[in-house]
Amino acid sequence: MKKSPEETRVVVGMSGGVDSSVAALLLKQQGYDVIGIFMKNWDDTDDTGMCTATEDYNDVIRVCNQIGIPYYAVNFEKQYWDKVFTYFLEEYKAGRTPNPDVMCNKEIKFNAFLDHALKLGADYLATGHYAQVVERDGEVKMLRGIDDNKDQTYFLNQLTQDQLSKVMFPIGNIEKKEVRKIAQEAGLATATKKDSTGICFIGERNFKEFLGQYLPAQPGMMVTMDGKKVGNHDGLMYYTIGQRHGLGIGGSGEPWFVLGKDLEKNELFVGQGFDHEALYSDSITATDISWTSNKPVPTTFTCTAKFRYRQPDDNVTVHVKESGEVEVVFDQPIRAVTPGQAVVFYNGDECLGGATIDKIYKDQKQLLYVG
Amino acid sequence: MKQLYADHAATTPVHPQVVQVMTDILTDHFGNASSIHAVGRRSRQFLDEARTSIAKSIGAHFNEIIFTSGGTEANNLAIAGVVEAMKQKGNHIITTKIEHHAVLHPCEELVKRGFNVTFLDVDESGRISMDDFEQALTDDTILVTIMFANNEVGSIQPVYEIGNRLKSHQAYFHTDAVQAFGYEDVNVQEIGADLLSVSAHKINGPKGVGFLYVKKGTLLSPHLLGGEQERKRRAGTENIASIAALAKATELAQTGRKKKREELLEIRNNLLGRLDERGVMYRINGSLEHGLPHVLNLSIFGVDVEAMLVNLDMAGIAVSSGSACTAGSIEPSHVLVAMFGQGDERLRNSIRISFGRGNTIEDAHKIADELAKIVKRLVH
Repeated sequence: MKKSPEETRVVVGMSGGVDSSVAALLLKQQGYDVIGIFMKNWDDTDDTGMCTATEDYNDVIRVCNQIGIPYYAVNFEKQYWDKVFTYFLEEYKAGRTPNPDVMCNKEIKFNAFLDHALKLGADYLATGHYAQVVERDGEVKMLRGIDDNKDQTYFLNQLTQDQLSKVMFPIGNIEKKEVRKIAQEAGLATATKKDSTGICFIGERNFKEFLGQYLPAQPGMMVTMDGKKVGNHDGLMYYTIGQRHGLGIGGSGEPWFVLGKDLEKNELFVGQGFDHEALYSDSITATDISWTSNKPVPTTFTCTAKFRYRQPDDNVTVHVKESGEVEVVFDQPIRAVTPGQAVVFYNGDECLGGATIDKIYKDQKQLLYVG
Repeated sequence: MKQLYADHAATTPVHPQVVQVMTDILTDHFGNASSIHAVGRRSRQFLDEARTSIAKSIGAHFNEIIFTSGGTEANNLAIAGVVEAMKQKGNHIITTKIEHHAVLHPCEELVKRGFNVTFLDVDESGRISMDDFEQALTDDTILVTIMFANNEVGSIQPVYEIGNRLKSHQAYFHTDAVQAFGYEDVNVQEIGADLLSVSAHKINGPKGVGFLYVKKGTLLSPHLLGGEQERKRRAGTENIASIAALAKATELAQTGRKKKREELLEIRNNLLGRLDERGVMYRINGSLEHGLPHVLNLSIFGVDVEAMLVNLDMAGIAVSSGSACTAGSIEPSHVLVAMFGQGDERLRNSIRISFGRGNTIEDAHKIADELAKIVKRLVH
């Protein structure tokens, strides 16, 4: 027997943004026993003593009082540093482009924070993610959010069946503009608050400056694929595959793009043209595979996949190897697939799971220059 | 849900008689105590009566009481006011590592301004040693500010010995008695204090009012400049209703003090006894012998304070983790750090239960039972 909403305690992870505010409001309206909890993962107190987390928590307090639910804060700075930020730096050191949001969801929000919620007697943990959970075929499936433009399943790809069975996404079935409208009609303090952008712990700050505080930047040469020097770079970690901006190479012809990196020589490969052939690959291997379902996965199957957030899906064939790695073969070559980012698999609306992109291939030859 | 409030060290419910005094004055007597007319004179009368009764209750004289907006202002005025007035005579201040932030932060500010401040260590029971104090004291010392009793763990400092020692020294002795007042015997003559801070809201009075005792002849630079109120040492039109309420709260706190102590000790002992009965593993942070009767800081084996406090709140029980924290700040209590050192597990599993007006032995039992239930759930 399922419990009635009144008997169901839901902890809502509240960030001080409009999405989680509306998530909490909707659950409260549906009659759940709702508790708002603010997670502090990062301390960014500046010289004037201002701290984004404090400002955000004040917004959480205002909203929770408006909705009429209790609110608390919990600190995961240590766990975040150990599990997310350390990984983030290690990946950059290795010349890859990490995805800290995926790791944060896997290790913090739906692990440490979920445990905390359960300790408070919660039946479910809810967040303001644009994704949906539904019961289908005897298990919980994770579906894309209704709002195509906002779907966040890419970042949630590492969630397991066990986690999904304890999760609610109250705004996954509505569009962003509707979320804003609900917030405005309810007069929530966060109704017109700007959406956060970029990586949460960097916020609006300059990315280069931030990263430079933690990793030594080693300037070097920018070269073409055939070794011609065309400029200087500020440090390989500042660049990602397919990037156009910030190269500072002038001259005639088409714009320049980042094609790859040579960590040993500390050289950045660049080339002209958005569609430069060196940017294209046709298969990858990926590690850290995680499936949303507990059911056995066939060793070979076709589905669609995303290699970057907010890119359209591509048709692929997945081969699950005995080592646990997966090989993903694309129907068509794909531009700028980048090691360290996530590859996420879909069957229609359903997110099947995902993995971390490791090695990139073209015509069965590994493209060593992308890292 | 009926709330069980056991966080009286954070703040207290206002006594009905105090509410009565406040509302009567707010309703009928709005005059400015500095005005020359009858309306003003009536307010001045309330002000003088309040000052008289408060001074008397701590063994002070009428002119030795400065009304402030509370304990924080009283502490700030004491520290900044003395240091400014005494800076020709020396550069050294002595305080402790476990002061309330309203003392600690002004002292840290003094360090930034070039003063030499000694922050005395405390032992595991939260008390300083007189030997350390004696060693720290120099001819250059101009101010000693050491709290009467600690707000987080309740430990009582050797204020009588300090006061006695400083009788033959140029340094002034300020003590923050905000948490001790109303529970311990606070008499400025016996303590030998030159300055002493008190806040109304810890003794069933309203928030936003308190006083600083300043011994006659003490050099003190004013802090808020303006009118000539408080004999030019604290400008601003007097908050008559709150000041009268403070006087009433002081009177109520002092008259029943001994009996109240007995009751609080009984409640405290009942809580500890019940925890033992229920098999809860805990340690007492601080000292029962040299501690306030109403503050109990417990380290509970195997639980995390964040989960513990939320669970208690959801069960309708209001207690705290010591110092109020904001936005999930991970800053461990500076008091517990001073007592146990960084990295001690007690920094992560300690809660403060503080009793007061309205609490009963049944409350103590209920808290112990709920704690036992939560511990069982969280630990297993």
